Amino acid sequence: MESIRCLVVDDEPGMRLSVARALRDYTLRLPDLDEEVRFQVDQAETAEEGLEKIAQSPPDILLLDLKLPGMSGLEALERISESQPDLLVVMITAYASIETAVTATKRGAFDFLAKPFTPKELKDKLRKTTEHLTLSRRARQLAAEKRQVRFQFISVLAHELKAPLGAIEGYLNILSDRTLGNDLTAYDPLVGRSLTRIAGMWKMIADLTDLTRIESGQKTREFAQIDLREIAQAALDTVLPEASNRTITLNLHRDEALLVTADRSEMEIVLNNLITNAVKYNKDGGRVDVHLADSGDEVTLQVSDTGIGMTREEAEKLFKEFVRIKNSKTMNILGSGLGLSIVKKITAMYDGTVSVESKPDEGSTFTVRLKKHSEPASEGNES
Amino acid sequence: MNQAKNPKTILVVDDDADYLTQQQVQLEAAGYRVLTAEGEKQAEAVLAEKSFDLAVVDLMMENQDGGFTLCYHIKKKSASIPVIVVSGVVSETGLEFDAATEEERSWIKADAFLAKPVRFEQLLKEVKRLLKESS
Repeated sequence: MESIRCLVVDDEPGMRLSVARALRDYTLRLPDLDEEVRFQVDQAETAEEGLEKIAQSPPDILLLDLKLPGMSGLEALERISESQPDLLVVMITAYASIETAVTATKRGAFDFLAKPFTPKELKDKLRKTTEHLTLSRRARQLAAEKRQVRFQFISVLAHELKAPLGAIEGYLNILSDRTLGNDLTAYDPLVGRSLTRIAGMWKMIADLTDLTRIESGQKTREFAQIDLREIAQAALDTVLPEASNRTITLNLHRDEALLVTADRSEMEIVLNNLITNAVKYNKDGGRVDVHLADSGDEVTLQVSDTGIGMTREEAEKLFKEFVRIKNSKTMNILGSGLGLSIVKKITAMYDGTVSVESKPDEGSTFTVRLKKHSEPASEGNES
Repeated sequence: MNQAKNPKTILVVDDDADYLTQQQVQLEAAGYRVLTAEGEKQAEAVLAEKSFDLAVVDLMMENQDGGFTLCYHIKKKSASIPVIVVSGVVSETGLEFDAATEEERSWIKADAFLAKPVRFEQLLKEVKRLLKESS
C-alpha cells in the first residue's frame, strides 16, 4: 500500500477540513496499475505557509487554491514549478476563467478542481493525478534500473577485456625485451598464448554482437520452418576437430528431421553454445550426447557431457551475464561468460526454458524446451 | 643469467596462467629459479614439499582472501622468507589499495605490496631489495 502525501493550501478552513475528511479513510484502488494508495493530508492557510511546508518536506500532490490572501495561487505555482518540477499541482478555483486556466497550465499545473466540489469529484481528480504520479514514478524507476544494469555491464565488460589485453601486453613486453634471447622459436609458446587470448576476445566480441542484436530488437527475426537436427549436426561438425584432438566422441541421437518454426540464426546460437561448451568443459576421452525430442507442442534439446561438471551453487549462477565458473578445472578454458546468458535470453523469446543438471567431475546435461511453433512477438512490447 | 651459481628460488602464486608464465620467463631470465603455483592449493603443496627464498603472491585467488592465508602460512613456516603481495584490487575495484588496507598490512606481514598490472622492473627491484642483492 502506497501512501501519498497531499498538501491543501486554502484560506477557507471549511475547504481544508472537507478535503481532510474526504480522504481520511479513503483507499484508492488502481487495478490497472495493481496498486492501492491512501492519502495523508496536510494543510496550509496561505501560499507562504504552503511554500514553507513544501520546502521542508515536499508532498506528492498539491491542492492549491487560486485565490489566496497575500501571495496568489498563480504566483505560488510559478515558484513551485521552478523548485519542485515533479510535484503535481491541482488548482482549486471558484472562478475558472479560460485565461487563468491557460496561465496556470503554462505555469505547470497538472489539473483543475472547481469550487465547490463534492467528495466524489475530489476523489476522481485525485485518482487521475495519482495514476499519473504512479506511472511517471515507475517509468523513472525503470529508467534508473536500466541505467544501473548498463553501468554494471560496462564495468564488467571493461574488466573482461582488460584481462586478455594485459596478458597479451605482458607477452609482447617479453618479446620486445628479448628476454629469452634472439632465437625466435623460444617465443613460440608465448606467441601461441597471445593468439589464444586474442581468439578469446574475438569470441567475446561475437557474443556481444549477438547479445546486442537480440536485446535491441534491431535484428529482423525471420520465422521459418527449420530442421533442428540439421542445425545440431552443423554445430557438431564445427567442434569435430577440437573433439577429435581430445578424443571426445560426439553422438547425435536422432535420424529424422525435427521441424520447428523459429529464427534459424537464433537456434544456431543456442545449439552452437551448448555443443561448444560440452566439448570445452569435457575431459579428454569423454563424450557428448545430443538428444532431440518431439513432444507434441514442444521440443526438447538436450546436450550432455562427461566433463568437469559443477556444484549446485555454481549451476545457479550459470545463466547470468559474465558468470564464469572459476576454479582450478576451468582456469585454462577460455570463455566470454556470455554464451549461456544469450541461450537463456533466446529461449525466453520462445516461451521456453533452459536448465542444467550437473555433478562435479561427472558431467552436465543442459536441457532446452521450446514451443514448436512460435510467432514473432509483436514489436513494441518493451518500450 | 647474472647469477649463474647458486641461484635463489622464487615461488610465484597466481591464478592467471598467463601472468604466471610471464613472471616465470622473466624471473628465470634474470637468473632465478622459479616455482609456480596456480592457486592456493598448489601453493600449499609447494610450501609443504619445497623450500624457496622469496614468494610473490597474488591476493585475488579462488578464495577471496586466499592470498592472505597463504602469506600467513609462509611466514609461519619461516618468518624470514620475504613475501611480495601483488593485488589487482586497485585496477579491478578502483579502491585505493594503500589507504584502504593500511590496517591489513600490519597483520598480513607481507614485505612489499605491488598493484597489478605490475611492471617487471618494479617486481625485480623489490625482489633484489628483499633478497638483499645489489641491483
